[in-house]
This record gives sequence, structure tokens and C-alpha cells, in this order.
Amino acid sequence: MTDIKAEIDVLPGLDSSARLLDVENLHVEFRTQAGVARAINGVDIHLDPGETLAILGESGCGKSVTAQAIMGILDSPPGFVTKGAIRYRGVDLLKLPEEQRRKVRANHIAMIFQDALSALNPVFSIGFQLGELFRVHRGTSRQDARRRSIELLDLVKIPAARQRINDYPHQFSGGMRQRVMIAMALALDPKVLIADEPTTALDVTVQAQIMNLLAELRRERNMGLILITHDMGVVADVADRISVMYAGKVVEEAPVLDIYARPAHPYTKALLESIPRLDMKGQQLNVIKGLPPNLLRIPAGCPFHPRCAYARDVCRADPPPQQYDVAPARTARCHFWTEVVGDEPAGS
Amino acid sequence: MFRYFVRRLLQGVLTFFGATFIVYALMFANQSDPLQALAGERPLPENVRQALTERYHLDDPFILQYGYYMKGLLTGDFGTSLTNRPILEMMEQAWPTTIRLSFIAIIIAVLIAVTAGIVSAIRRGGVFDNTTLVITLLLLSMPIVVLAPLAQLIFGMRLQWVPATAGADSGLFALVLPAFVLSSLVIATQLRVTRASVAENLRSDYVRTARAKGLADRRVIGVHVLRNSLIPVVTLIGTDLGNLMAGAIVTEGVFNIPGVGFMLVRGIRTEDGPLVVGFVSILVIVFLVVNLVVDLLYAVLDPRIRYE
Ligand SMILES: Nc1ncnc2c1ncn2[C@@H]1O[C@H](COP(=O)(O)OP(=O)(O)OP(=O)(O)O)[C@@H](O)[C@H]1O
Ligand code: SF4
Ligand SMILES: [Mg+2]
Repeated sequence: MTDIKAEIDVLPGLDSSARLLDVENLHVEFRTQAGVARAINGVDIHLDPGETLAILGESGCGKSVTAQAIMGILDSPPGFVTKGAIRYRGVDLLKLPEEQRRKVRANHIAMIFQDALSALNPVFSIGFQLGELFRVHRGTSRQDARRRSIELLDLVKIPAARQRINDYPHQFSGGMRQRVMIAMALALDPKVLIADEPTTALDVTVQAQIMNLLAELRRERNMGLILITHDMGVVADVADRISVMYAGKVVEEAPVLDIYARPAHPYTKALLESIPRLDMKGQQLNVIKGLPPNLLRIPAGCPFHPRCAYARDVCRADPPPQQYDVAPARTARCHFWTEVVGDEPAGS
Repeated sequence: MFRYFVRRLLQGVLTFFGATFIVYALMFANQSDPLQALAGERPLPENVRQALTERYHLDDPFILQYGYYMKGLLTGDFGTSLTNRPILEMMEQAWPTTIRLSFIAIIIAVLIAVTAGIVSAIRRGGVFDNTTLVITLLLLSMPIVVLAPLAQLIFGMRLQWVPATAGADSGLFALVLPAFVLSSLVIATQLRVTRASVAENLRSDYVRTARAKGLADRRVIGVHVLRNSLIPVVTLIGTDLGNLMAGAIVTEGVFNIPGVGFMLVRGIRTEDGPLVVGFVSILVIVFLVVNLVVDLLYAVLDPRIRYE
């Protein structure tokens, strides 16, 4: 697919030596009737080609909102990006006019969603929904779009692609539907793929197949992959780095092996201890006590302090913990990270 | 899909016979002497009485009379009205007029309702949305018996934008005002349904996907949301037809349009059984056919129905 893409989609200021994706100090709030929910409070994320970054955290910590902000598809109103930068190859997407921002989607950064059944339009055939990308972004003819759509279905290993192209979303199984979503996301050969809990709605066996497919395609195309999940078990095999989010902030960021061996933040540690393990069969699962904070009233100091076993007075007062450098390419937002890292590894 | 169609067809046939039977019974069964009713005060000569009795099978049991009538109807023989005019002839004039009138009314209603519904769904709570809410409430509370003469007075007589009445071979232009009045019967509900449906679809996941695909808002709404939102609106058109026909009786009366409603009113007033039953039977058929078409359209719009 080395077509007119380059001519159509040049973004002014694109700098191939700059980082693929660099999100800096991102703030997002939702202005609702109940008040202002501060969903994202200074997220920093970066991604290189061919790399898999897992974003992890409990429900409501802002994983999907971060992804939507990067894509530029926040529900707005009520959602607004209030601060920060989202740089794609040096271009700050937040400063682009809407028309150019729109072209970044699917062409450069694409996204797949958790529930492929509701994420696909029920009344159009998947051939239409795939082909639409080529027709709208590339101006290809109907036949050409169809041919390329069939190629895409082949790419994501949907059997009998030629016949199934005219089928509707409800005629596919869950796993096949998610493959269609992946095909759709990859249609225009994006450099960044964001997968928001792509396997949560699927059976365990199918989950593995989809994860493998994603990993394979990432490798072949040298894409950067952001994998959002709240399942720590899933990411161990596929991710290179992990960003752990809590109350709209990245509280720990580290290469995957380091984080499993020695978490530097009490929250990460608690998450790790909550994974069911084979050798712990029958024992009580260690679920994190308490609830994440209400985003309308995030507590002063470290937002994790009401649930933290390490918390002391300094944690309860502002300023919140800064991003401490734990090691090269490793950070944690905890005043007492040295203590946490020094502790016995989780689960042993 | 085929079975679905056949099932609907059979249901339609049953409805047809049921409905026509009831109307037939209402028109004829409780008349002690329909022929005398027709003749009024004058005495009826015995030979005329006999001929008429023969023609309308008045000596046979009621159910047989209905059978004879249906046989005629289904072979295209509607008989003659009690005023001795062939009913077919009256139909040939009345039906095209009414169909034209209701067709224009439906087009007007759908165009306005869908456009306004989409806009107010996108700008929920805005000025436009609130204005249409007030207007639709007004429309809903205004009976057509009031609205029709009012519109005629204002636009036809005072402002004289359009003809105040539409005669026998009324052109499209003369039908515009009556069609607008008629469309007011269904426009409010259609608008509310469109608005609710678009608003709901705008929140759905597939809209997020469409935006993530880098489609412009115009396409997201005009293609993805619209197609989904039209499904309930189309279903509504089927039931609206009943309202339109009821409204046509008043509207055609007020604007002097010689359509089906006009004929029906005349037939009922003069207790002209054959006339009323003939028109009502066709009305039932039209109603059934339109609803069948709507069902098929529904299946075209929504593949989840199509493949059941
Ligand atoms: N459209 C919206 N309107 C108002 N608040 C919203 C909206 N979308 C998200 N939020 C708020 O933002 C917070 C973060 O939501 P987000 O969807 O990012 O969570 P998540 O980490 O993806 O959780 P999950 O694992 O359940 O998907 C939520 O607590 C929610 O209150
Ligand atoms: S800063 Fe304090 S409260 Fe926050 S995680 Fe570290 S120890 Fe716990
Ligand atoms: Mg989410």
C-alpha cells in the first residue's frame, strides 16, 4: 500500500526524527451538572515505533479518556482537554485545525474498541464500513475499495473473506468481529494503534488469538501499540513497557520485567498482588481495599493515600508526589518509592 | 425473510376480510329497509323494489350478501351507488386526488420532521430545540377541525398566498395548503421520534468508531446516524397513514377536495351503503399494502430483521 498516501496526508511540521508519540502533562475534565470531574490530571506517555505500551489501572482511572483525547474523539461537551500537549512526530495535535486533526485519525493513529459488536454500525455491511475508509480518505472507486477490503480481511485471517465481505456485524462471532475492527484500524496503515481493552469481551481462548494477531501485525508493520487493559495478567507476555494509572495520573512507568519483579509504587504492588496465580489456588485473592477517589473531589496530596499501606502525613498534604526517577526509563509518583522497591517482591 | 413476508401477507388477508365484514355489517345489517331509506318519503313501486332486491341480494342471508359483494369487489365490480352512479367511476376520480394529497403531506411531514429532528438532536437544549418543542406541543394540541379552517382563513383568504379551495381537478399548487394542514397531524410525532432516535444514536459506540475513522461530522451524521435513526421513523409512517386518512376526511371537506374523505362523508350522510363499503374496502387494502411496504422497507433498513 504505497500509494498516494504520502501526498494526501502530509502534516505540516512532521519531523521523522521526533518521537512517534509524546503525550505531555495532559489534563482532561468533564463539565457535568454534578460538577467538574477531573478525569485526567497530568498524564505523560510516550511511544516508539514497534513498541507495545500497556496502560493499566482500575476501572474509571482514565485509560479510555486518555485514548480518546489522543484520538481527538472525546465527547465534547462535556469533555475538554484543558492543558498539555499530544505530539505526533513533533506535531502537537491539540493545536491542529479540526480538518487536519481529522485526517490524523485512521491515517496516522487508529483505535480499536472493547465491544466490537456495538462499535460496528449494525446497519451497514462490513464491506461498506471497511471500504468507506478508502473511499473517503483515498477517493478510490467502489470496486477498488472492495478489493482492498477483502485483502484486509485476509490480513486479519478471516476465512472466506470474499464471501464474508457482504455480511453484517451481527453475522460474525465475537472474535471475528474484533478481527474486523482490527482490519478497519489498519486499513490506512497507521503508525500508532490504540487498543482499548480489545479482548475483555471475548472468551479466554479467543483472547489469546486476538492478542497474538495484534502482536504479529505490530511487528510486521513496526507500529507503536498502546494496549489498554485492567488485567495485569494479559500484558506480561505482550508489553514492553507499562504505565500504571491512578485517578487520572500515571503513577508508575517501567519496563515490563522490572515492574513485575519490583514495583516501585504501592498501587502497582497492590495490583500485582491481586492477580490470581496458579500456585495460590484456593487462597483468598488480595483485592485492593477501598475505592478509587471521586473525580469531583480528588483528595489533597497523593490521591492513593486513603488506600495506601505506606501512607504517612506527608502523603496527605499537597503538593502531591512528583515523578521520581527510579531508574533510567523508570518513574514512580510515590514519596516512599525506595521503601516500596526495597520490600520483598510481591507474592513471594 | 420470505417466510416473514408470507406471514405478513396472510395476516393482511385476514385483516382485510375482518375489517370489510365489520363495515359491511354496520352499513347494512341494521337497516330494516334500505330501499325505502333510499327512496325517502316516496312509495316504492313493487317491480322496482323487486329488481333492486335482486340486484343487492337482499333476500339472501346476510353472510351470503357479504359473499356476493366481496366477489364483485375482488373482480373489480364495485356495483353502483344507491344514487345509481357506478362506484368505480367515483373511485377513479377520488383516489388519485387523495393519494396525491396524502403523498404530498407525507413528503412535507418527513422532510420537515427529519431535518428539524436531526438539528434539535444535535443541539439539544438549544434555542432551535426549544422552539420546535413548543411548536410541536402546539400542533399536538390543535385539532385539525380547528387548524384546517384557520389555515384556510389566514393563507387562503387573508394573505391569498394559495387558493382557498381546491376543486375537482386541483393542481399540485392548490393542494399545498391542504397537504400542509394534513401533515400537521403526523409531523409532531415524527419530529419527536426522529429527535429521540438521533440523540440516542449519537451516543452509541459506532459513532465513536466512525469518528475514530476520521470521517467528517457531516458523514458521521448523514450516513451512519441517519440510517439507524430512520428505522423507527419509517415504521411510524405506516401507522401515520391511518391518521392521515382520518385527517383527509376533515381536510377534504374544508378545502372542497373531491377525494376519498369527501366521498365517504357524503356516503355516510346519505346512508349510501355500497358507496361507503366500496371506499372503505379499498381504504383497508391501501392501508394493508402500505404497512406491508413499510415492513419491507424496515427490513431493508435493518439487516438484523432481514436475516432472521
Ligand atoms: N462522557 C463522559 N461524561 C462524563 N464523565 C466521563 C465521560 N467519559 C468518562 N468520564 C469520566 O472519566 C473517568 C475515566 O473514565 P475512563 O472511561 O477513562 O475509565 P477507564 O479507565 O477506561 O475505565 P474502564 O476500565 O472501566 O474502561 C470516569 O470516572 C468517568 O467518570
Ligand atoms: S505517596 Fe504516600 S500515599 Fe501515595 S503511594 Fe506513596 S506512600 Fe502511598
Ligand atoms: Mg475504558
